[in-house]
Amino acid sequence: MAEFSTPTTEQEFDANFAQIKPLMSNTEALYESSRCLFCFDAPCIKACPSGIDIPQFIRQINTGNTTGAAKTIYEANYFGNACGKVCPTEVLCEGACVYNLNEQKPIEIGRLQSHATRKVIDSGKKLFGPGAPNGRKVAVVGAGPAGISAACELRALGYEVDVFEAKALPSGLTLYGVAPYKITNAETLAEMEYLESQFGYKVHYNQPISSRRELEALEESYDAIFLGIGLGRTNALLLPGEERANCIGAVEFIEQLRTEHHHVAVGKKVIVLGGGNTAMDAASESSRLGADSVILAYRRGKEEMGAYEFEYDLAKGVGVKGLFNVAPVEIVGNGKVEGVKFIRTAIQDGQVQIVPGSEFVEPCDMVIKATGQAKQTHFLQLIPGLQLDGKGRIVADARTGQTTNPKYFASGDALNGGAEVVNAAAEAKATARGIHEYLSNQL
Amino acid sequence: MPDLSINFAGIKSPNPFWLASAPPTNSGYQVMKAFDAGWGGAVWKTLGVPVVNVSSRYGSVNYRDKRMVGFNNIELISDRPLADNLREIEEVKKRFPNHAVIASLMVQSRQEWHDIVRDVTNAGSDGIELNFGCPHGMCERGMGSAVGQEPEVLQTIVEWVMEVAKIPVIVKLTPNISDITEPARAARKAGADAISLINTIQSIVGVDLDQFAPYPIVDGKGSNGGYCGPAVKPIALNMIKNCAQDPNVRLPISGIGGIENWRDAVEHILLGASSVQVCTAAMHFGFGIIREMTAGLEQYMVEKNFNTIYDFVGKALPNVKHWEDLNLKYKVTAQINEDKCIGCQLCYTACEDGAHQAIALREGSRVPEIIQENCVGCNLCSLVCPVEQCITMERRDDGTQHQTWKERTEANNIPTTFNDERAGGLHHWVPEPAAALGKERHKTLPGKARAMGSPAEATATKASDVLTAE
Repeated sequence: MAEFSTPTTEQEFDANFAQIKPLMSNTEALYESSRCLFCFDAPCIKACPSGIDIPQFIRQINTGNTTGAAKTIYEANYFGNACGKVCPTEVLCEGACVYNLNEQKPIEIGRLQSHATRKVIDSGKKLFGPGAPNGRKVAVVGAGPAGISAACELRALGYEVDVFEAKALPSGLTLYGVAPYKITNAETLAEMEYLESQFGYKVHYNQPISSRRELEALEESYDAIFLGIGLGRTNALLLPGEERANCIGAVEFIEQLRTEHHHVAVGKKVIVLGGGNTAMDAASESSRLGADSVILAYRRGKEEMGAYEFEYDLAKGVGVKGLFNVAPVEIVGNGKVEGVKFIRTAIQDGQVQIVPGSEFVEPCDMVIKATGQAKQTHFLQLIPGLQLDGKGRIVADARTGQTTNPKYFASGDALNGGAEVVNAAAEAKATARGIHEYLSNQL
Repeated sequence: MPDLSINFAGIKSPNPFWLASAPPTNSGYQVMKAFDAGWGGAVWKTLGVPVVNVSSRYGSVNYRDKRMVGFNNIELISDRPLADNLREIEEVKKRFPNHAVIASLMVQSRQEWHDIVRDVTNAGSDGIELNFGCPHGMCERGMGSAVGQEPEVLQTIVEWVMEVAKIPVIVKLTPNISDITEPARAARKAGADAISLINTIQSIVGVDLDQFAPYPIVDGKGSNGGYCGPAVKPIALNMIKNCAQDPNVRLPISGIGGIENWRDAVEHILLGASSVQVCTAAMHFGFGIIREMTAGLEQYMVEKNFNTIYDFVGKALPNVKHWEDLNLKYKVTAQINEDKCIGCQLCYTACEDGAHQAIALREGSRVPEIIQENCVGCNLCSLVCPVEQCITMERRDDGTQHQTWKERTEANNIPTTFNDERAGGLHHWVPEPAAALGKERHKTLPGKARAMGSPAEATATKASDVLTAE
């Protein structure tokens, strides 16, 4: 029995994917902001990767200065609105709220943050602007959270900034990779438009940078190059049958879902492979698209899943069933997916061991692989002198984001291996300052 | 079961809760509804020559999400003809013979006072309250607080009233005066039976930041009003205490000011009130609040073994002393209950910036620590702490010694020169002034820069600083 009926219209899609952090009204924001204790050296600030002065902006909301609140937020994090909606606040700011220690509900910081930023986005109020031109140019590769954040900060510092984006729209995974119940496309794009109109960087869409020749052109025309390229496609499982129709990667599935909404078809019985947050999203989404049954298969135990507990709760809440201690060995079927052959596993000394002879086939008509994203190693190897670490991550100075090729700087998933929007936004802001420091010293 | 009934200067009432003279007692309909709900008495909306009111009459002080913690009005006395009011008083008394109906009055001439006192008495009122308190509109016409602020005028008018009064007379006092006992004494001298206080405090409740006008706004303008509501209770309590302790007053007191629940009422009673009057709370929550008030009062009396209200009228008065009579040897200091602490550190910042730098932060813990030798026992940390019983003030002296400022003065043992060795804070440690510099400067930086707090970041341009001058 499906939890949701298959959405056939935009309205039905919106209902199935209702926002889990809906916009707060003025009254709700007043009541919620009134609860804040305004802690000294507040733990919420420390828990925020971008270090937003949370009690300050909550106080500003409470005193009727929402514009000031938005400014406080954006000064620390250019993805202020998106982060309010997509951040795992349960394990960041809200998880650190002292109310938790008193068994009281923590302040809904994320929703307050989106409330304030949404106000300035809707009003288009001018809060920021480009700095006096300093005559130098920076190329930003990738218009995701890292790239756009770097572009904003660099513009504020007086640089001319060109952003090169392979896709047709900005904000990277915020638009293409986050579950639709966390943020809508309209919300994401409104913030992008707001930032672009405030700072005036140029984004060149549908313009992938993928060859040595294109990189050379950037190296010639720009004083520095910022890499905000994120990660690549879903890792291949290297299992027999993986090529069968209806066996797709989670990243690709979610991208399709974000752009095509109810036009995306999901199987009647879906198996999601993986135990991370993306697996939870893909499972939830399958259920909300009307799948009769969704199984989340993970090769270790429930407690060992990489996903946040609240993400698993969210998936369970829409009827997703967990299947633990199983490893896929084959995608079975005849042209199309008809099931997954699993083998049971046991954990010994922290290692996954297969249980011989325990194979079984779990029938299904769709498989979503949420088994991590590949690094863009091939592209990165086109940059002379650029070092990668053993996991394929760019090696860079922790403070300035400068890579081993001094002209190149990096932030976001390509550097940290895959983290939250907030991490990319915070890193990129610091890296933009690193670029500024580097170029200022060159004079 | 305790007996909640009172006999206030001859006015009998099934409980001490009366509605104050105000909009909730504007009509017989409202008073009957209130009596039905459980109120013991009502002081009718002030009668006199009917007025004409403005539209837009009330303003409010909101605190964060709490509405009407303070309230003000620019409404005047009753705008209904006297005959209508008298007829309704008669009707209410017929239906509720055991409830207290007190007529509030405000007129000008001796003849008017005589006439109206007779009228309300004939209508069946149990008592009269003279409104010498209204601080807006009426005072400019020589009535209300204009009378309450002039003890001699007050005395004269009370004497006029007493010439014809056959029912108890309560004089309602204005707090807009330096010494509340002066008009209280004048009321006694003139032969009044009781006093009630406080009336509203002259106020501007707020200013509209866009219209540049005070609330409540009447066509772009405003006027001072009368302030009341929960915020005024402390002022009322002090004035009630002053009157209750004055040997030259010695009149029953009806307590008014910020009473919203049974606790507020008990506080008024403990300081000498033997009936209490309520307005703002009824205007905010309706007459139904009386159920909580009577239930709470009854429960309190049961727990304290009080049989009647009179068992605790003024019970706190012996403990309200002049400052010079307080024990200087009494010593408390703060104690943090670490199991309860949630680490908000409000106590730390309050003590650090607002008191005596007697709370320290510890490396690796959010739980602050009291520096016992610096703690002067001011209570501030325990007041700001959001967790019940987390910071307690613990007694540190052994209770054997007692010395007051008065005794020290008499013993010639007080500081008398600017740099006297006997200065109370002489040996109290304070940090060097310059130690304050830079301590929290990094907090003015945005985002990660704040966390890193590096000097380079401190001087770097903030994106918002470059907002072009447009």
